[in-house]
Amino acid sequence: MSDQRAELPRATRAGEPPRRGGRRVRHAVSAALLWTVALIFLLPLVYTVATSLKPAGEVFGSPPTLWGSELRWRNYAEAMNYLPFERFILNGLLVAGVGTAVVLVSSSLAAYAFARLRWRGRDSVFLTFLVTLMIPQEVLVVPMFILMLQFGWVDSYQALILPWAFTAFGAFLLRQFFLTVPRELDDAATIDGAGRFRIFWSVMLPLARPSIAVLAVFTFITYWNSFLWPLIITTSVETKGTVPLGLSLFFSQQGSQWNLVMAASVVSMVPTVALVLLLRRHLVSGIATAGLGGR
Amino acid sequence: MSVESDRPLRDPVPARRPAAGGRRPGPGAGGRAGAAARRKRRGEFGTAALFASPAVIGLTLFTLFPIAMSLVISFFDWPGFGERSVVGFANYADLLAGDHFHRVVLNTLLFTVLYLPLNIVVSLGLAVWIATMGRGRQTLRVLFFIPVITPIVANVLVWRMIYQPNGAIDGLFGVFGATAPNFLGDENWAMLALVAMSVWQGFGYNMLIFSAAIDNIPATLNEAAGLDGAGPWARFRHITVPMISPAMFFASTMTLITTFQVFAQPYLLTGGGPGVATETLVLFIYRQGFSSYALGAASAAGWILFILIFLVTAVQFAVQRKWVNYDV
Repeated sequence: MSDQRAELPRATRAGEPPRRGGRRVRHAVSAALLWTVALIFLLPLVYTVATSLKPAGEVFGSPPTLWGSELRWRNYAEAMNYLPFERFILNGLLVAGVGTAVVLVSSSLAAYAFARLRWRGRDSVFLTFLVTLMIPQEVLVVPMFILMLQFGWVDSYQALILPWAFTAFGAFLLRQFFLTVPRELDDAATIDGAGRFRIFWSVMLPLARPSIAVLAVFTFITYWNSFLWPLIITTSVETKGTVPLGLSLFFSQQGSQWNLVMAASVVSMVPTVALVLLLRRHLVSGIATAGLGGR
Repeated sequence: MSVESDRPLRDPVPARRPAAGGRRPGPGAGGRAGAAARRKRRGEFGTAALFASPAVIGLTLFTLFPIAMSLVISFFDWPGFGERSVVGFANYADLLAGDHFHRVVLNTLLFTVLYLPLNIVVSLGLAVWIATMGRGRQTLRVLFFIPVITPIVANVLVWRMIYQPNGAIDGLFGVFGATAPNFLGDENWAMLALVAMSVWQGFGYNMLIFSAAIDNIPATLNEAAGLDGAGPWARFRHITVPMISPAMFFASTMTLITTFQVFAQPYLLTGGGPGVATETLVLFIYRQGFSSYALGAASAAGWILFILIFLVTAVQFAVQRKWVNYDV
């Protein structure tokens, strides 16, 4: 994969018409334009950060200013103190972390059973998994809510985590990857006396590390950002709320204090942005496998 | 959690191994083919059950069962508290007969019709443009992807500041002595404002999908076309588009499905207003279910949403043969 990527700029250059004087200039102009577009695109995010550091009186005005007369870092402390934001962050980390762990364990195990084991009913079970991918979450929220009532799980961490920890997507993604692993590796391990679990653990999982990393990051982000379900199932936001819920509550109570609302927004963005920046080298190839696995 | 979950699996497998070894005269003697044939004959149901059961049980309990339950509930008058009664298709009939629901479905379709083409054009255009860059293309791709992964609640809140009267856009208008339209409060603008915000926040995902597909186009194709004198537009039209058409099909299908489910934007930007001008299906379902506690009607609306998604996806699959090229 990395070879291919390294090759591409060279190849693209070679593909273009023979060198002419204007070509380099045109390319530079195009690059400058593109970066301008990127900066304009990012303005709302910059505006979020800038507003989070403004004094309250300077948030709006004409002409609008990006930066205030001072950098008011205290906004962050005030926003964090108004609602128990540490609590929301911890809740979010707990829910997203445990949820991701459950997703990884259950989907990698199932993927192995689908890709490598022979058992009666395997293909129909797999087909059922695929069909469920078409059902929108919104069809499920009402019965899920009733189910949670029956379990006595309303307003609990398990209700935030478990209902969405067994979707078919992860099993499908990893199955597609396991199928590309040469069977000779399994056979060699079998000859060395490894059992099924040993093969799964010591042969397949290490090979699948990139796919698992992509699955983990996107699962974590989905949990962290999730809004509709926590809105439905969490009744005591102050103790069980996750970050988007806290943010929404904060907005409904302090909607006029935009500098504080934006400070809370910036905090909510940090973990996911950090994860994506960490993953940036694998982002395109990861999306290629995770996204296009379904086609 | 993860340690707990894999412990039950760890124990049975070593316990199984001596038995499996006993049945086998030794891998060398039977040979690979023999072992495989025996495995095929006997199956590995026990092992498979251990591996697949967490996912299968979870999916059954938290997806299959709720699906069935949702269908049942949709035939009930099911209030949050109090008596439930079977009403047959009345929930569906009431919804389909109601002006409010018509408007909600129309809003959802309008949002989709505006959002999907814009999303695809912007993401494809930028993916192609970025692919011509040498250095910095990875950085550019990450930049455009950021709003996809920041919490949508946070994204929506900053756009409220941008749109609202006295907000950023209005402030800019003020420089010229003008007043900006009331983007969120004006019936003619509210839907457009939702779409623009949603494109900004969502197109980065498809842009990455297209980028990955473009990276996989063999460079020799473009080289050959370039030598034959094909200009950038001709190469885009006759090489890039056909080569990435499977990615375009995938992206448009997935985007369509998620577009029908738009919720946070109308919920937080306009509250579905003004009036019901921007109330979408999922916002309607949410309000039916969890403000009015009409769980039967909410379930029925959920199934209508699913049928809509299913029909449109089926149409997409039917027409894909005309334009998607898998011969590569």
